[in-house]
Amino acid sequence: MPLTHAYINEQLTAHLSEKLIAWEESYGMASATVQADHNLKTLTFLHDEPSLGFQFMTDITAVHYPDRKGEELAVVYHLHNLVENIRLRIKVFVPVASPNVYTATGLFSGANWMERETFDFYGVNFIGHPDLRRVLNVDEMDYFPLRKEYPLEDQTRIDKDDEMFGR
Amino acid sequence: MTAEHVNINLPEGSIEKKTTRLNLGPTHPATHGVFQNILEMDGERIVHAESTVGYIHRAFEKLAERRPLYQITTLTDRLNYCSSPLNNMGWHLTCEKLLGITTPKRVDYLRVIIMELARITDHLICNSIVGVDTGAYTGFLYVMQYRELAYEIYEEVCGSRLTTNMGRIGGFERDFSDAAFKKIEKFLEEFPGVWREFENLFTRNRIFIERTVGTGAISAERALNYSFTGPNLRAAGVDYDVRVHSPYSSYEDFEFQIPVGKTGDNYDRFMVRNEEIWQSLSIIRQAYQKIQNMKGADATVYHADAPEYYLPAKKDVYTKMEALIYHFKIVMGETDIPVGEVYSCVEGGNGELGFYLISDGGRSPFRLHFRRPCFIYYQAYAEIVKGAMLTDAIVTMSSLNLIAGEMDA
Repeated sequence: MPLTHAYINEQLTAHLSEKLIAWEESYGMASATVQADHNLKTLTFLHDEPSLGFQFMTDITAVHYPDRKGEELAVVYHLHNLVENIRLRIKVFVPVASPNVYTATGLFSGANWMERETFDFYGVNFIGHPDLRRVLNVDEMDYFPLRKEYPLEDQTRIDKDDEMFGR
Repeated sequence: MTAEHVNINLPEGSIEKKTTRLNLGPTHPATHGVFQNILEMDGERIVHAESTVGYIHRAFEKLAERRPLYQITTLTDRLNYCSSPLNNMGWHLTCEKLLGITTPKRVDYLRVIIMELARITDHLICNSIVGVDTGAYTGFLYVMQYRELAYEIYEEVCGSRLTTNMGRIGGFERDFSDAAFKKIEKFLEEFPGVWREFENLFTRNRIFIERTVGTGAISAERALNYSFTGPNLRAAGVDYDVRVHSPYSSYEDFEFQIPVGKTGDNYDRFMVRNEEIWQSLSIIRQAYQKIQNMKGADATVYHADAPEYYLPAKKDVYTKMEALIYHFKIVMGETDIPVGEVYSCVEGGNGELGFYLISDGGRSPFRLHFRRPCFIYYQAYAEIVKGAMLTDAIVTMSSLNLIAGEMDA
């Protein structure tokens, strides 16, 4: 029987019950939001359960939503079951003041640098990561540049009007 | 750099009594790109490697949060600059997925021609550089003239060569000229002979085989665990290819095979890329044939009907009201993008190139993340070269096809 979104939803609901906060499907991909402290449990379950088999970590990144108070940072995982060829997105929301989630490096060696990159740009603290250092920016940097409070352009410039050009 | 690996205990019988630290990079002629490896050496053997990247980080993801969609294409050029058109098309396909634009078949086939051409140029560089690093410089120079010809095709199509900014959301900025088709024909006619000769120089060459077989190997399990994609994963024996698994741009209309290796070593990676070039040539031939067979209006269309995102013809801008409005809105970046969240990927030159795009309804993406395949698989380098000779590590580095621009975004 081919793996379906409905089956994944059913399995996750049964396994996580109220820890599965939201489930949506858009543009052909299912996306599950789970409670932040259950990120590793969810990934492990999806990885180890034979009927699910999400054993390929495509991507890890984060998104900053400054308007969502108390859950400003979203850590986003893209998983892939290569056998059934089905993708799944897992999201966890954490407050920007204490952005702590568990590392996935124990499951996926490839998560190492992806998590370092996420830490580098968003400051997400991956608990248990073997080597959580900056990867693309300089080590001396003391802020997390992709957070929304850091504007792209030099704010002292007066020759550009945001009303007319770009965001 | 950390101090923890300074005093590594050397095995019994080691000639050197202590390890030597060697800085390979960031601007070493053998690294073919700006990245650094701090190697802890026992004589010629590597006992520990630490990779440092980020020397040419240009904050593309931050820049993208301020640009309208069409201005982001120029950023994608500068990811894997050995196959820029592939990145461009990947980006356009992502936008089209979010905007719900469907492209005509001819656009898909033209894109396939360009994408496969880009794959050929990418693999051509990679394989000939592996040749250079094993001591065969001639092949590199010999095939380079055909990369030149491929770049001339790009030039005919979009006007530039390396950072192409090719195509637009919905199609191409103009139809392919006759000169472009002539050059594609010339490429299809002349390149196979040259590549056959290049292949003959290497695939059964004893020196080359002894340098590459068994070096830089990674098993399928480790490669999957490290999220390898593209030729590097296929060389380890996993037949994952985005073109087949989730076809885009009408790849389902083409007959082609996915070459896989067995051992995941340097030789297998070389052979997989080599065979992919032949498959790409076959795909280009098929696509070209399909375009030639088109009749009537189908045979001239080169973009989708997406007036809000596709720039109107200049003469219409001067004479028609709608065209003028759309022109203004597109150029000034005034078009609001629909709210949505998409992940779209293409089979890039060195793996699954993904775009994770979130729009909150503004003029530019709320968030854009590039899944850069070589950033992800480069982290396995330290594991692959551990215990290897320095000279093999150099060959491994080239055969992994590491492009600093893509790694550092």
